[in-house]
Amino acid sequence: MISLSHYLILAAILFAIGTVGIFLNRKNLIVLLMAIELMLLAVNINFVAFSHYLNDLSGQLFVFFILVVAAAESGIGLAILVVLFRNLSSIDVEDIESLKG
Amino acid sequence: MLNNFVVPDLYPAAPEIFLLLMSFLVLFVDLIFGATRRWMAAMLTVITLIGCAAITLVTSDGQTTLTFSNMFVDDLLSDFLKLMTYLAVIMMLIYSRQYMADRGLDKGEFYVLVLYATMGMMVMISAANFLTMYLGLELMSLSLYGLVAIDRDSTRGTEAAMKYFVLGALASGLLLYGMSMIYGATGTLEIGGVAQVLYEGQAERPVLVFGLVFLLAGVAFKLGLVPFHMWIPDVYHGAPTAVTMFIGSAPKLAAFAMALRLLVYALLGLAADWQKMLLIMAVLSIGLGNLAAIAQTNIKRMLAYSAISHMGYMVLGLMSGVVGGQVDAFTAVNAYSSSLYYTVAYVLMSLGAFGMVLLLSRAGYEAENLDDFKGLNKRSPWFAAMMLIIMFSMAGIPFFIGFFAKFAVLLAAIKAGYTAVAVVAVMFSLVGAFFYLRVVKLMYFDNPVDSAPITAGLDFRVLLSLNGLAVAAFGLFPDAVMMICTTTLTRSL
Repeated sequence: MISLSHYLILAAILFAIGTVGIFLNRKNLIVLLMAIELMLLAVNINFVAFSHYLNDLSGQLFVFFILVVAAAESGIGLAILVVLFRNLSSIDVEDIESLKG
Repeated sequence: MLNNFVVPDLYPAAPEIFLLLMSFLVLFVDLIFGATRRWMAAMLTVITLIGCAAITLVTSDGQTTLTFSNMFVDDLLSDFLKLMTYLAVIMMLIYSRQYMADRGLDKGEFYVLVLYATMGMMVMISAANFLTMYLGLELMSLSLYGLVAIDRDSTRGTEAAMKYFVLGALASGLLLYGMSMIYGATGTLEIGGVAQVLYEGQAERPVLVFGLVFLLAGVAFKLGLVPFHMWIPDVYHGAPTAVTMFIGSAPKLAAFAMALRLLVYALLGLAADWQKMLLIMAVLSIGLGNLAAIAQTNIKRMLAYSAISHMGYMVLGLMSGVVGGQVDAFTAVNAYSSSLYYTVAYVLMSLGAFGMVLLLSRAGYEAENLDDFKGLNKRSPWFAAMMLIIMFSMAGIPFFIGFFAKFAVLLAAIKAGYTAVAVVAVMFSLVGAFFYLRVVKLMYFDNPVDSAPITAGLDFRVLLSLNGLAVAAFGLFPDAVMMICTTTLTRSL
């Protein structure tokens, strides 16, 4: 029997992978976008699991909104990435260094 | 099920609905007249905001009204913060007109994005449910990411946008994770509902505190508190100055509303926990902000670190509301209204300071280094005096608005028993006085490096003068604004 805590642990692991992915990744910006997506999806698992066990639909409703916002967010992220690539000719994290201090 | 559907009361959300409809009009007008008459979109945006202000004033009855199935609240606090937001955005639009036109950036997108960001702030200010809070926050943030990258050919601008985007998305992820945990522990997403469950003491405390940590990380990111401040210097530095001014003003009001709604309205039962966390972040922000600002040669970066330290001072009030586990309405209102006062005062000073940076910039030239302020007294004694007022006020020198704001939050902290923290905060504000006064020294005692005449338009000059004089005048009559803040919170809490 899969209990609530199994879902929560899965979500926590995915969330941690996403967070660590943002901080450890030194190569490619696209991987950063994937890590962000992973974090949001981990939250979705949390919401759906709680919603099921609490018998309350509002958590699942929240998930729909998160999905839509995540799509808009990746849209904007990729747009900024394209503009950045035009200026820098690179999407390496290490090349983003003109602002310091 | 559908026949149970009831049309929600749209009246409390009238300003948002008006703004949304007008934003379509701005898009439409820009489509038709964008190539020939660019001023139309700008004019319409300002008219929209004035209209919103009128609607907010007319519909403000001082009552707390919930609508959209308890998702949206209209109370005195939301009315006051919204009016301040409109004011800040209108001032930003007037300040930035010439700057954006000189760089060919005064396109329709700019005005539409500003309107949508403003709408996001309004939704955040009126949020009565975690879902509404999240949607407002994302609407504001997504528009701001776009605004930072509005100068598409600027490497710095796009780089800043990328950093802002990645860290902003991380912060919303943290916030959402916190919300999901609190939802799991309390079984509700409503801010009032969460407070009710906490009051009854049925929720599991470890889960709640676990969620609170993530929630607070998200809030601290939006406020720009250490250790979640990394984005502020880079974004302030890289964005076009007009956009920096926008990010540095109105969103602080929305972030304050977010902190108040999530921490005080929803999680007051956990005050003992979040006050300690806020205390650490406040001290770190005040320390790091003031120390790092000394090392800057770029005034936008300096103001960014100053923003971090100012938000640290603002939090001193937020963390002093509940003393010894006893919720006392009088203490709470006093502490939170000192924070509200600080936020409003800071927004006014921040608009003035960035206004000065815009004043010295012209087509093809960004006056963003401290050296550009050298000898300003010889070039324009009047605006040098305005900058002097703003810098003195930011440093917290009596008798300007910034002094009374600092005084109010420090008093709240001392009343709550955080005397040592208040002493540390005062010491660091002395350190901070060094870099604010350095600007004054450059203006009055150095020779100009750049002696080009100041070419700003009449509207800009009048607004900047009014802004500077307001910083001084509210310092002479601090009680007026303080009274408004206290009354607002007394009737909304």
